[in-house]
Amino acid sequence: MNIDSIKNGIVIDHIIAGKSMELYNLLNLEALDCPIAIIKNVTSSKMGKKDIIKIDADIDIDLDVLGYIDPGATVNIIKDSKLVEKKHLALPERLTNVIFCKNPRCITSTEQEINNIFKLTDRENRIYRCVYCESKAKQS
Amino acid sequence: MRHLIDIMDLSVEEIDELINIANDIISSPQKYREVCKYKKLATLFFEPSTRTRLSFEAAMLDLGGNVLGFADASSSSSKKGESVSDTIRVVSSYTDIIAMRHPKEGAPMIASMKSSVPIINAGDGGHNHPTQTLTDLMTIKREFGRLDNLTVGFCGDLKFGRTVHSLISAMSRYENITFVLISPEELKLPSYIKRDILMKNNIKYIQTTNLPEVMPDLDILYMTRVQKERFFNEDDYIRLKDSYILTEEKLANAKSTMRILHPLPRVNEISVEVDNDPRACYFEQVKNGKFIRMALIIKLLEVKI
Repeated sequence: MNIDSIKNGIVIDHIIAGKSMELYNLLNLEALDCPIAIIKNVTSSKMGKKDIIKIDADIDIDLDVLGYIDPGATVNIIKDSKLVEKKHLALPERLTNVIFCKNPRCITSTEQEINNIFKLTDRENRIYRCVYCESKAKQS
Repeated sequence: MRHLIDIMDLSVEEIDELINIANDIISSPQKYREVCKYKKLATLFFEPSTRTRLSFEAAMLDLGGNVLGFADASSSSSKKGESVSDTIRVVSSYTDIIAMRHPKEGAPMIASMKSSVPIINAGDGGHNHPTQTLTDLMTIKREFGRLDNLTVGFCGDLKFGRTVHSLISAMSRYENITFVLISPEELKLPSYIKRDILMKNNIKYIQTTNLPEVMPDLDILYMTRVQKERFFNEDDYIRLKDSYILTEEKLANAKSTMRILHPLPRVNEISVEVDNDPRACYFEQVKNGKFIRMALIIKLLEVKI
């Protein structure tokens, strides 16, 4: 299978196999009109199988979303067909409007137009809690 | 400008300072009679709570200030669909400080983000109630002269009991505290509190369903009510509400120096005969509540004495 290499854009590599569609949706890539390739189940020596997303446009992507969904992914910035930067991700300390509080008693369930903010309270166990009610976010 | 949303917003030193001010108010009330003259406290109670509201209002009146507000959501603009953010923007332009109770968890935090005056969380659903915790800490300090080296028993609803969660968090910062957690299986302390507070800070704790067995070990017995409003299912509430009822008979093997605390209101979890026991401390606790709220208002308004 051939997919053209990109000239200026972003390659999100080392995505856990099966997570690429979730990332596509959460990063709101659907709104772009440039070529985007979602490549699933690519053989990887390190991971066995992985997904890759190639975006043929120089855009800013939300690294917090990416870090939350798949902190092991890498982001390669391509300019003039060359790799100019490789970003390694980590779990972000705070997430704003990435995940939403499911606690029916939380103020976010009724208050209009407030940001849903979660903070990382336990990095080892990947636990995020709503800053308002402290409910635990469901694991992604 | 400071707010009080969560008891952990206050350091141990700040809590000590508040207790010292409250003790000074008790011994020299005349000194404080007019320190908040011309200041206004708004009590915004989106959920009814007579005693907490009256305690705040009495506190402000005893400082020479004035009070305004509402006692339930039906008499507020929230019934018309106004957001907490908008209500607070409006009310903070009329008043100097706001005490707020709301059924939704996190509402006072939203308020603090929008307010131009200090916000005091007077209870947000089953989440936080920091002035109750201050009241509890002050009562313990007055009864024992210390907040460390104590064995503290919590009995009743440890799952939904916000006063229990807050007091455990607050007391975890003092040396050599042992917690004894007494509850039916269904109302045990949530595991995240055990993991994030007790285990993380290496705090000793015992879990049991048997109150009489642990009674002789306790310095403090903190009783709680099984609250109907915290249950989605009424059958569960009816099944669990009478799990533990404290009677004089059950107190027979307790230490003579033990103190019984309860955030009130009680239903039947402490038999009225216990009220005359010298170890019963819950009405004293209520009195302390007003004084610690006075101290808090003074501190948040940055009033110089």
